[in-house]
Amino acid sequence: MGFGETRTGNGFLAGIDPRIKLCVLVIWSFVLALATGFPGAFAGLAGSLALAILSGPEKPLAFAWRLLSINLFLLFIWLVLPFSMPGERIWSLGPLTLTREGVLLSARLSVQAVGITMAAMAITTTTSVFQLMAAARSMGAPAKLTAMMGLMTRYVTVIKDEFDRLVWAMKIRGFKASTSLHCLRSFANLAGVLLVRGLDRGERVYAAMLCRGYKGRFYFSLERQVNRTDIITLVAFLAMATAVSIINVIHRSHY
Amino acid sequence: MSSTEAIINLRGIRFAYPKRPEVLKGLDFLVGPETRVGVIGSNGSGKSTLLSVIMGLIKPQAGVVEILGKPRSKEADFKEVRPLLGFVFQDANDQLFCPTVADDVAFGPLNLGKTRAEAKEIVAETLAGLGLEDFADRIAYDLSGGEKKLVALATALALRPKILILDEPTTFLDVSAVSKLQAIVSKLDLPMIIVSHDFPFLDTVVTSRLRMEDGRLHPA
Ligand SMILES: Nc1ncnc2c1ncn2[C@@H]1O[C@H](COP(=O)(O)OP(=O)(O)OP(=O)(O)O)[C@@H](O)[C@H]1O
Ligand SMILES: [Mg+2]
Repeated sequence: MGFGETRTGNGFLAGIDPRIKLCVLVIWSFVLALATGFPGAFAGLAGSLALAILSGPEKPLAFAWRLLSINLFLLFIWLVLPFSMPGERIWSLGPLTLTREGVLLSARLSVQAVGITMAAMAITTTTSVFQLMAAARSMGAPAKLTAMMGLMTRYVTVIKDEFDRLVWAMKIRGFKASTSLHCLRSFANLAGVLLVRGLDRGERVYAAMLCRGYKGRFYFSLERQVNRTDIITLVAFLAMATAVSIINVIHRSHY
Repeated sequence: MSSTEAIINLRGIRFAYPKRPEVLKGLDFLVGPETRVGVIGSNGSGKSTLLSVIMGLIKPQAGVVEILGKPRSKEADFKEVRPLLGFVFQDANDQLFCPTVADDVAFGPLNLGKTRAEAKEIVAETLAGLGLEDFADRIAYDLSGGEKKLVALATALALRPKILILDEPTTFLDVSAVSKLQAIVSKLDLPMIIVSHDFPFLDTVVTSRLRMEDGRLHPA
């Protein structure tokens, strides 16, 4: 799978209007983020799973793997939160106390985070970057933001190639990663060179855009009208979002 | 040739990058509608700098840049003429920034105010002209270097330019990609400026050569 490649889902969602999908994603993120208890969080996760299935991932395993790697940051939550929430003591190690409240809150946050990222993946893997940008533009997102999004996905691969080449250049001269000062300095140089090259690249890309008459505006169009299937999907989704919100309101808890 | 029918007419151009010795030292350059010129010269002699001056990407400290019969000095002047000068960058990665080839080729025409439908037609026509019909939906980052170069050329030609300007078009290309590019470029009925170190390539596509030395162009 290419680095900047995003379209890998060919399921039902692939045929839905990008504007509708973007709406769905925004609403769904709020519904999940605002969950206040386990019932709401799990109901949300179930909804996200439904979206993921509807996205029809080409390689479900790769999809799952990616989802997992995006959620690695949760480790930090698990390292800190269970020990820093005041509450009922489960276990202690020196000055650190593991609390029941801490564990439960970490667990709920994890469910929510996985749910939101899964929904985001379901949407982004069934929509091309330009379609997403066009949809965001047509819904009032600032032009600069959408342009940044598009250019970023395009140049991630280029910068990764540059990074690989630099690392190779270091390796063929006998460089080995270690914790020595020499090694740290080399990594700092590598980061510096990447940054400078990135800036240079940005300047040249902008110049190339100017040469083709760029006047600060991208002319996207979706070449597509919202149809009946889109509307039905949106309505079905709104029903699901409402249901989860109701669960959220009924089952409140402190963690 | 009178200067009104000249496409590009540079007179007495002087340019230095900030805190660096002067690169262009009173350079004159006249390009007419029939000109197909190759510019050669050693590394760092200022060939790319010359092209940047022509495109208005950098402003000379002295001299006159005349393009399509009018002196150009301000950014607004260049905004108007840049799309008429089909410029192809040395590194195609700088030029191709859209996810798909079709999007990228359509970018210029859309900037020029063409409708989606017109742009689509131009894309199809331009790609067909270069034998790249099957590339429309390809993704820019998984094209080979040679393919990228041809697509970059297509993005410039889609502007329907009055002249083609290529900066080292054959670097990064293998022998077969070079001969393909050579065949395509030599068939184009356009005036052109080609900066290159590749003499066999130049021999087949241009009709004259100039050498950049000491900040000026000399017959070569
Ligand atoms: N952005 C810049 N800032 C400062 N100096 C620069 C910049 N770009 C080029 N130069 C310097 O200006 C001189 C001319 O560079 P230029 O890129 O025009 O040469 P060139 O003839 O295109 O060389 P090459 O054959 O290597 O492409 C060189 O000495 C170079 O170091
Ligand atoms: Mg150069």
